[in-house]
Amino acid sequence: MKTSYRTAVHDALRDALRDDPHVVLMGEDVGRYGGTYAASKGLLEEFGPDRIRDTPLSELGFVGIGIGAALNGLRPIVEVMTVNFSLLALDQLVNTAAALRHMSGGQFSVPLVVRMATGAGRQLAAQHSHSLEPWYAHIPGIKVVAPATVEDAYGMLAPALADPDPVVIFEHVQLYNTSADVEALTPTDISRAAVRRGGTDVTLVAYGGSLWKAMDAANELSLGGIDCEVIDLRVLRPLDDDTILESVRKTHRAVVIDEAWRTGSLAAEVMARVMEGAFYDLDAPVARVCSKEVPMPYAKHLEQAALPQTANIVAAVRNLFGEQQ
Amino acid sequence: MTDTKLAHELLSDMIRVRRMEEKCAELYSAAKIRGFLHLYVGEEAVAAGSLRALADDDAVVATYREHAHALLRGIPMTSIMAEMFGKQEGCSRGRGGSMHLFDASKRFYGGNAIVAGGLPLAVGIALADAMLQQKRVTACYFGDGAVAEGAFHESLNMAALWNLPVLFCCENNLYAMGTALEREHSQTDLTVKAASYRVPTLAVDGMDVEACHDAAQQGVDHVRDTGGPFFIEFRTYRFRAHSMFDPELYRDKAEVEQWRQRDPIRSFTQQCLRDGTLSDADVRGIEDSAAAEIEAAVAFAEAGTWEDVEDLERDVLTPPSEPEPMPEPAR
Amino acid sequence: MPSLGADMDEGTLDEWLVKPGDKVTRGQIVAVVETTKAAVEIECWQEGTVSELVVPVGETVQVGTVLATLLEPGERAEKPSRKPPRPSKRAAAKPATAPSRAPSGAVAPPTVPQRRRWVSPAARRLAQSLAVDIDAVSGTGPQGAVTISDVEHAAATIEHVAASKEPATKPITKATAADRAAQMRKSIAAAMGRSKREIPHYYLAQEIILDNALTWLTTRNAQRSIDERVLPAVLLLKAVGVAAQRFGEFNGFWRDDAFQPATGVHVGVGISLRAGGLVAPAIHDVPDKKLDELMDNLSDLVARARSFSLRSSEMSDPTITVTNLGDHGVDAVFGIIYPPQVALVGFGQPAQRVCVIDGGIRVVTAVQATLAADHRASDGHRGALFLSAINELLQQPDLLEK
Repeated sequence: MKTSYRTAVHDALRDALRDDPHVVLMGEDVGRYGGTYAASKGLLEEFGPDRIRDTPLSELGFVGIGIGAALNGLRPIVEVMTVNFSLLALDQLVNTAAALRHMSGGQFSVPLVVRMATGAGRQLAAQHSHSLEPWYAHIPGIKVVAPATVEDAYGMLAPALADPDPVVIFEHVQLYNTSADVEALTPTDISRAAVRRGGTDVTLVAYGGSLWKAMDAANELSLGGIDCEVIDLRVLRPLDDDTILESVRKTHRAVVIDEAWRTGSLAAEVMARVMEGAFYDLDAPVARVCSKEVPMPYAKHLEQAALPQTANIVAAVRNLFGEQQ
Repeated sequence: MTDTKLAHELLSDMIRVRRMEEKCAELYSAAKIRGFLHLYVGEEAVAAGSLRALADDDAVVATYREHAHALLRGIPMTSIMAEMFGKQEGCSRGRGGSMHLFDASKRFYGGNAIVAGGLPLAVGIALADAMLQQKRVTACYFGDGAVAEGAFHESLNMAALWNLPVLFCCENNLYAMGTALEREHSQTDLTVKAASYRVPTLAVDGMDVEACHDAAQQGVDHVRDTGGPFFIEFRTYRFRAHSMFDPELYRDKAEVEQWRQRDPIRSFTQQCLRDGTLSDADVRGIEDSAAAEIEAAVAFAEAGTWEDVEDLERDVLTPPSEPEPMPEPAR
Repeated sequence: MPSLGADMDEGTLDEWLVKPGDKVTRGQIVAVVETTKAAVEIECWQEGTVSELVVPVGETVQVGTVLATLLEPGERAEKPSRKPPRPSKRAAAKPATAPSRAPSGAVAPPTVPQRRRWVSPAARRLAQSLAVDIDAVSGTGPQGAVTISDVEHAAATIEHVAASKEPATKPITKATAADRAAQMRKSIAAAMGRSKREIPHYYLAQEIILDNALTWLTTRNAQRSIDERVLPAVLLLKAVGVAAQRFGEFNGFWRDDAFQPATGVHVGVGISLRAGGLVAPAIHDVPDKKLDELMDNLSDLVARARSFSLRSSEMSDPTITVTNLGDHGVDAVFGIIYPPQVALVGFGQPAQRVCVIDGGIRVVTAVQATLAADHRASDGHRGALFLSAINELLQQPDLLEK
């Protein structure tokens, strides 16, 4: 049955709310509006205004409220409309949610789920196009996931809710409209990366909205004789080192794709780990394809030029082979 | 004050806090306590008066100036002192220090070094109580500085909007670190700000322990009756600096002296002696008892142990199995 | 000297407010100390009588240094013991020492800076394990680096040389990748030589704007699972196949001095091999297949081409060939027909171009499509129509879906 990513997110929320009366969803426009990406349409009618709470525009406030509620017996899902607005709530996430367990000597757990839309590509310009996953993946005390497929859009919510620690879920804005033929949607996991395409010549590592670009590049490169293995990171913190390193030890080459700005990107972290764990297996330097370091411009051609594209990935892979292509 | 028992408890609470804070100052100078140390000297009436209006299963969220609140909420002084020393017998296992005292068993949710950081947390705790139909109050302490932070406004707004059982206790000591009230707020009457969110308010003399108690009782009753929020502004003053390393360039010694004349401990003691509620012997007994308690706490802390460095990375995430219980402090 | 803050290491004694013999009480201010922030008053924690002021005014000492001694009530003064205060650790600036210079002899002539040999870590390991001298291996990796395949090649050459010196009784080893590549080169040489000798080629080119097709494909791919995405190359293939069905003189074989049109359209697809070389096996019945099936066929062919497990029928069945689907960066391809076929369609690299459409300047994504055709079987007029048909099909991509 053809299911969209948006529907998968919606159904995951609905099923979570049905399964456990402690689950509440709160955020801006999640109720009456049905969710800014229509991910919570109909939920207010089914579950009522106590469990589907429209909040005022108070990111710092309602994320903190989510933390307090999680401490005291609820299982809140806090939706921050996009990662761009999450900056307002960063203090509560970093200084309370992530730190509470440690600061208190292990007395508390914060079973909070935060969902945010992320990424660029719709000409929404500099303040609405961020990809700040690396900032969140940097913080000890939380877990960070990026579902890139319809199956994961549904499947990651249940394990995230079951997790006793804060989990931040990133949903790329360009993925909501994508769809796939899925037999049944079930919970997946929030612990491992996935090899989406097996290959032998080079490892492509991607996550979230960049995964499909990596897959397209892999298809194109195969016609040119280069066989790519594509890894979907799925979990950005903690990174699944084993899957990444096993692949690189096999292929001897790696290209990391990340929509974040190049400097301090998550790609940088993956590259460092590859260097640490598989240096002597490398046949070429590890490469990355990231966004150009410019606040996202509005004009379409400029935005597309700033973002990583399939052609960039193909070129980066080709560069690893010298005269051997 | 005719209730001798209550008077005794109030005075004892204030004196225990005062002497404990003074001891902390001494220990900090001797480098036994490190990092930042924010002392409550002069503000004792607020904690002593207000905390006793809460029931045992109510929750408390406090600031980095929270030693008094921790102690009077029932965290043993031994645990507090060990925590300040950084020993693993401390209430936060030595991981938090002065600014991060926690005790889950007392529903004491810290201890927060971010000004106004605790307000959204308190509202969230109250939200869970309301939704799970637990009739409990969450008392949230913060200073005048916090009232300038966005988190204050967001929290009051949502607590009122959603009718949540939070007792907002503003300890207005007239200074946000080194910035005087009139230099940080265009509107210096802080109750007006809370009232603008349609939260009922009360302002009270924070140097008068009985007034603090009455105000807090009123607030708690309102919260329990209506399930909605209440805001109390305690007008108080800290006699010592903001923290240990503060030369207090921002205020006049004369002003401090003036406020010292209104020392809550001295005035309450004098009042009780005057009207015969307490005797000199009672007061001496309180002092002796406090001294002994402090001595025992310091000894406990000195004898405490350092957590193994091997365990550095524990308690970042929740382990799949039950964690081992924390070492029991001496009572 | 008390610790007054997390970042305080030392303080300077500014002023003594008491002198020896003074009685002091707990909490009394006894001195003023200068710190980095400001002057701070120091309180005394004990009761007693001042015995000795150990640190004089103006001296800077570390936190923890004894500033003064007190006598407890009832205690008698001892001989004054002057303990020298612990001096501050702020070191005096060392005098700069000029580096000594050896008297220079003849100055060596400036040499051209040599770059260190670049050898990948994996290649180095392999060389060690194969006992290959890494310094003798020339590199063909990125920027001339020595890679695994260079070492493997060097090792094979050594084996080869060693083997050729062995007596002929040595058993024949199984075909290596190098052997296969050499064989392939030979076959290509024979076929291409014959083609150019025998076939009178003519060449036509047509620019095809791909915007419609690519936009359509993006939407279509968004509705597919991540591993069911279709490449633009498949659209090109299908367009060629459908056009070849309509223009039969490009779909068949020249044999026995005559053109034999083929019944089905089996499009040969050029696939590059990593080891070098090109194969062009057939996807059968291209016009009759949906895009998903064509993509599967293509992926399957590519995989089997790499593992040298193509079927001979696939190699001999193409009725027309499309080349250069794996783009290598050239604008246009003018290829050589694979005999006995009569046509070869080439596609250059799609690129952004400035174009005039309806009198206005537009930026489009375009690709150069070329036709190399056998002038015995067709002529330029028909060739142009053939290319035109491919173009039209790519402007209406949903027609290609059927």
